[in-house]
Amino acid sequence: MFKLIVRRIFLGLLTLLAISVIVFLGTEILPGDVASAILGQSATETNLAALRETLGLNRPAYIRYFEWLGNILSGDLGVSLTNGMPLDRIIGLRLWNTVYLALYAAAVAMPLALGLGLLSAAYPESHFDRTVSSVTVFFISIPDFVIAVLLIMIFAVELGWFPGAIHRPRWEDVFGTMDKTFLPMVTLVLTLLAHVVRMTRAAILDVLKQPYIEMALLKGASKSRIILKHAIPNAMGPIVNVVALNLGYLISGVVVVEVVFTYPGLGRLMVDSVVFRDVPQIQAVAMVFCSFYVALNIFADVGAIMANPRLRYAK
Amino acid sequence: MTDAAVTSAAPRKRSKRARPRPDAWAWTGITIVIVGLVLAVVGPWIAPFGVGNIVTTVYAQPDAQNLLGGDVLGRDLLSRLLHGARLTVGVALVATILGFVLGMAVGFSAAEIRGRYDDFITWLIDVFLSFPPILLALIVIASLSSDLWVLVGTIAVIHSSRVARVGRAVAMNIAALEFVEVARARGEKLTSILVREIWPSTIRPLAVEFGLRLTYSILFLSSLSFLGLGIQPPDADWGSMVRENMNAMQNHAYIAVLAPAFAIAILTVGVNLIVDWLGAQSGRGISEELTK
Repeated sequence: MFKLIVRRIFLGLLTLLAISVIVFLGTEILPGDVASAILGQSATETNLAALRETLGLNRPAYIRYFEWLGNILSGDLGVSLTNGMPLDRIIGLRLWNTVYLALYAAAVAMPLALGLGLLSAAYPESHFDRTVSSVTVFFISIPDFVIAVLLIMIFAVELGWFPGAIHRPRWEDVFGTMDKTFLPMVTLVLTLLAHVVRMTRAAILDVLKQPYIEMALLKGASKSRIILKHAIPNAMGPIVNVVALNLGYLISGVVVVEVVFTYPGLGRLMVDSVVFRDVPQIQAVAMVFCSFYVALNIFADVGAIMANPRLRYAK
Repeated sequence: MTDAAVTSAAPRKRSKRARPRPDAWAWTGITIVIVGLVLAVVGPWIAPFGVGNIVTTVYAQPDAQNLLGGDVLGRDLLSRLLHGARLTVGVALVATILGFVLGMAVGFSAAEIRGRYDDFITWLIDVFLSFPPILLALIVIASLSSDLWVLVGTIAVIHSSRVARVGRAVAMNIAALEFVEVARARGEKLTSILVREIWPSTIRPLAVEFGLRLTYSILFLSSLSFLGLGIQPPDADWGSMVRENMNAMQNHAYIAVLAPAFAIAILTVGVNLIVDWLGAQSGRGISEELTK
C-alpha cells in the first residue's frame, strides 16, 4: 500500500509539472508579450526591444520556462507588474484570507452534507429524501453568483443582518470575523452542499444494494446498525473521494464568491490579474491554485486506497 | 457508468418498448428548453428596442412601454434580455456541441485504436481533468482576450476532456461487440467505424452527459460574464447583465438584477429536469457527475 501511495504522489507531481507547462505556454501565447503589456500602447519599437532585452524575452521559450520553474521551486514567484510588489508577499496575504473562507465553508458544509446524504439514503423515496433531492437539484442548477446576489439582497440590503461586502478576516479574532464573512460562507456552503449530499446518498445506496446488506437485514440487524456498521465502512472510500473532489470545486466557487463580496482573497487576485494582464501574477496564482487542486486529488485517491483493501494492490 | 450502454439495451426495464412518456417535471423541462431555443433564434427580432438604445431613465420602474423597466444606463431591460438569450443559449449550445464532437472523436478513437495512443490520450485527459476549469478559462482569456470564439473554444475544450473520458468508457464496451468486429474484418476505415458503428450505440448513454454539459456551459459562461471576463459590453448575455446591474440593489430596484438571474436559473433548472428524467431511464443521474 505504501508503494502505491508513493506512486500516486509521484504521479501527482508529474501532473503538476505538465500543468506548469500549460500555465507557462498559456500565458506565452499572448499576442503582445509582457514588454508591450508593461509599456502599453504608447510604446515605440525601440523601447519594446530594449525592455525585451532587459527582461530576457529574446531568449527561446523553453529556456525561460525552466528559469521560471526553477524560480518558483526556490520560492521566488517574481514581481507583480501591476504594483511592483514581490508576489510571494501579495499571495501570502491573500492565500490566508482564502484559506479562512474555504475552511469556514468546509467546516459547515461537510458535516451537514454528509448527515443529510446519510439520512436521505437511510429513508429513500421518503418525503424527507424527495425534499432534499429537489432542493439540491435547484442549488446545482443555479449559478453561485445568483445565490450570492439573492443572499446579499435579502440579508444585507433588506434585513441588514450581515455585511454584503467584506474586508479581510482578522486572525486575531477568528470568531468575531465569522459573522462578517457569513454570507460568502453560506454561498459556498449552498453550492457545495448540493453536490456532496447527492453523491453521499448515491454512494451509500450503492452499498445498500449489495447482497451482504441483505444478509444483515435477514439476520435481523437494525436499520441504524446496518447503515453505521455495515454500509458506512464500505461507502467510506467513495465518500472521502467526494469530499476531496468537492473541496477542489471550492476553488472555482471561491473565485466567483470573492468577486461578488469584494473579498481580498486569491480568487479575486486571479481575476484582477487577468483584467490587468499581469502575466507573472497570473502564472503564480494559477500554480498555487493548481497545487491545491492536485493535492486534493491525491488526497482523494489515497483516501480511497486506504478505505478499500481491494485497491491496495496494483493490478 | 461504463456499462450504461449495455444495461439500457438489456430488456430488464419495464417493457421492451423505448422509454416511458415524460412525466410532468420532464415536460416542464422540455417546455423551458424549447422556449429558450426559440427565444435564442427570434429574441433579437421581437425585442422592442435595440441592445444599446437608451430609452428610459436609470432603473426605471416597469411600465407599459418598458415591461421590465430600465437598466443601469436606462436601456430597456426586456430588450436586453431578449438579445442576451441568443448569446447565452447560443454560445452554450455551440460550445457544448463542439466539445462533444471533439471529446467523442478523441474518446472513441482511443477506445478503438487502444495501445500507446490510448495510454497517451488517457494521460492527457487526466492532466486536463486535474486543472480547475475556471483557471484554464482565465489563463486563456488573459492571453487571447474575451473574443466570442475564444469563449466558445475554451468552454468546448474544457468539455472535451470530460466527454472524452466518458465517451471512451462507453465506446470501450461497444468496440468489443461483434458487429464492430465484423466491420473491422470487412475492412471499414477508422472514421467509418467510429461514426457508423460506435456512435449510434452511444447516443443514449451520452444524452445525459450532453444535458449535464449543457447546464455546465450555461453556468460557466454566465459566471465568466459575471466576472467581467465573458461577453463584453455593449453586448450582454444574462451573466453580464447581472453584473452591470448589481448597483441597483442599493436602490432596492431588484428587478434589473433578478430578471437576468432568474432567466439563467430557469433555463438551467429546465435542462436539469430533462437530464434527471433521462438519467432515471438509463440509470445515470446528476449524482454521477462526479468529476465536475
